[in-house]
Amino acid sequence: MKKVLDLTQMKQKEKGIVIAVAGGPGLKKRLETLGIRKGAEIAKVSAQVMRGPIIVQVVNTQVAIGFGMAKKIIVEVEKESNIERSAVSS
Amino acid sequence: MKKILLLGNPNVGKSVIFTRLTGTYVVASNYPGTTVEFTKGYMNLKGEKVEVIDVPGIYSLEPVSKAEEVAVDMLKEGDLVINVVDATKLERSLNLTLQLLKQNVPVLIALNLWDEAGHCGIIIEVAELERILGVPVVPTCALTGEGMRNLVLRLKEAKANTYLKSDQERWTEIGKIIHQVQKVTHRHHTFSEKLGDASIRPITGIFIAGLVLFISFQVIRFIGESLIKYFFEPVFNIFWTPLMLKLSLILNPGSFIHKILIGELFKGEINYTASFGLLTTGLFVPLAMVLPYIFAFYLVLSFMEDSGYLPRLGILVDNIMHTVGLHGLAVIPMFLGLGCNVPGVLATRILEGKRERFIALTLMAIAVPCMSQIALIIGLIGKYGPFGLGIVFGTLFIIWLVLGFLLNLILKGESPEIFVEIPPYRWPYFGVLLKKLWLRTADFIFHGVPWVLFGVFLVNILYIFKVIKFVGQIASPVITGFFGLPKETVAALIMGFLRKDIAVGMLLPLNLTMHQSIVASVVLAMYFPCLATFTMMIRELGAKDTLKSVFIMLVTVLIVGTALNLILS
Repeated sequence: MKKVLDLTQMKQKEKGIVIAVAGGPGLKKRLETLGIRKGAEIAKVSAQVMRGPIIVQVVNTQVAIGFGMAKKIIVEVEKESNIERSAVSS
Repeated sequence: MKKILLLGNPNVGKSVIFTRLTGTYVVASNYPGTTVEFTKGYMNLKGEKVEVIDVPGIYSLEPVSKAEEVAVDMLKEGDLVINVVDATKLERSLNLTLQLLKQNVPVLIALNLWDEAGHCGIIIEVAELERILGVPVVPTCALTGEGMRNLVLRLKEAKANTYLKSDQERWTEIGKIIHQVQKVTHRHHTFSEKLGDASIRPITGIFIAGLVLFISFQVIRFIGESLIKYFFEPVFNIFWTPLMLKLSLILNPGSFIHKILIGELFKGEINYTASFGLLTTGLFVPLAMVLPYIFAFYLVLSFMEDSGYLPRLGILVDNIMHTVGLHGLAVIPMFLGLGCNVPGVLATRILEGKRERFIALTLMAIAVPCMSQIALIIGLIGKYGPFGLGIVFGTLFIIWLVLGFLLNLILKGESPEIFVEIPPYRWPYFGVLLKKLWLRTADFIFHGVPWVLFGVFLVNILYIFKVIKFVGQIASPVITGFFGLPKETVAALIMGFLRKDIAVGMLLPLNLTMHQSIVASVVLAMYFPCLATFTMMIRELGAKDTLKSVFIMLVTVLIVGTALNLILS
């Protein structure tokens, strides 16, 4: 099972693949320079309170992204299955 | 003369390589955007003098920002490009490299941070990468100097136009190259990575930030106070005072030259904070009151810069910064401004737009006192205990916040969002840190101290010709009426145009009450930046915006000074 979210909705430590950047070419290019582009693997490291910046890990780099910008980054994550969950708890 | 450009992503070590190549030291830190200006230096290449240019970091040749536009323009002038690449982030760096290889300029690649890549479990087949790209690739570790010799030896092999593929295919190509040349072995999270994560999570992050700031503050205080108490004061009292007293006898107290060099004697004794001669107060204030704190502050700041903590702090306070129309990265210029406003002003270039830079510069000029000034304020008010100092710095912080909030409300536009790469934590490299500390301290000794001396000289001249008394009469309605300060403080306010530390120093002999000292310190800190900062502001903002900024400053200082006087009395 897969689900589609934006970066702000992801949970801490969740991993996913960027499937789209909902923004103009300027934003796309800017994000691309730090490796955030369609098809990139992305993991959420943390989020600051009160719509603060989101911190993600892309390849080998941690990047801080403002909340509004993070909302425009659409990610597909594997929904964690029950099997995985029991494996973690055991 | 041939020109070599150092080009690469931000925070990959271009400035360190520059220093290695030219012997010209430039400030390098562990955060993106340390270099905001071009720095030129020279190196000797087989008897030929070549110019080396340290270019601010860019991610792409398709300009998105002003800095990138300038860097691309610069490219036309270069005869050779050393593309500095972060070996731990090869994939991302290749984006710029492939664009560079399509330009009409010979390129050579320095695969920097080679040692760190090894520690990260990243293995890169250098020979294979060299074959694919068609240009020399030299692994380097600029901090230790490893690989630098090889880099220079292979400069002549640099080639242009070796990789002509369309832009659309670029990321696919990069993927292929990475697949061919790079292996990443799995490894566990290191301690520094765990610490890195903890310092950017809300709860642990704020706790760590509090701890870091508290420790920094204590270290600065401890080093500053100890240096003064156990070194500088004894040196002045034991060695310098007898010498000055002898000189005083020779010069004959009361003579013009005595007034300039030694100043006034109090019951036949020198009072280093009140005599106001060039050789007494003129030396004591900068060397025994300011220098220890400058040294201590830059020691701590350099540590924070090189470890990579500053951008993390920026992320934590991003929300607060947005209320003043800035974003988290603006903590960097503000912190630098606490040392000296001049580099602080320059560092605002890491902010995106004109609006942010105007807000940041205005706030810095008004509400961020520099370390020289802070040291003197401590000297003036410290004797009343932490309460007085708390009021001074608390007031300045509130002004910073309220004024920023208002500016953000009034000025058109919105504050842009933060988007920044977080550097890994690195243990500061001792030699480099010491060098940076020395350079900044030396800058104060060789550029700051002469100005202090000039200021003290000027004060004496102005007193002798009664200029200060005259201006004091004119300004007394404001100074006495609004701020509740004695007329003599006008001298300090005049000197504030030149240098803030002497200005506060001039309050020392006035025997102000605690309440007057507090008002005077706050007014002096807020009103007018020193000459050096002012010149810098005009350069960065232009005359029109600087005037606006000055107008805001004068209005604010009138309101705050009066209010503070009323509240305290």
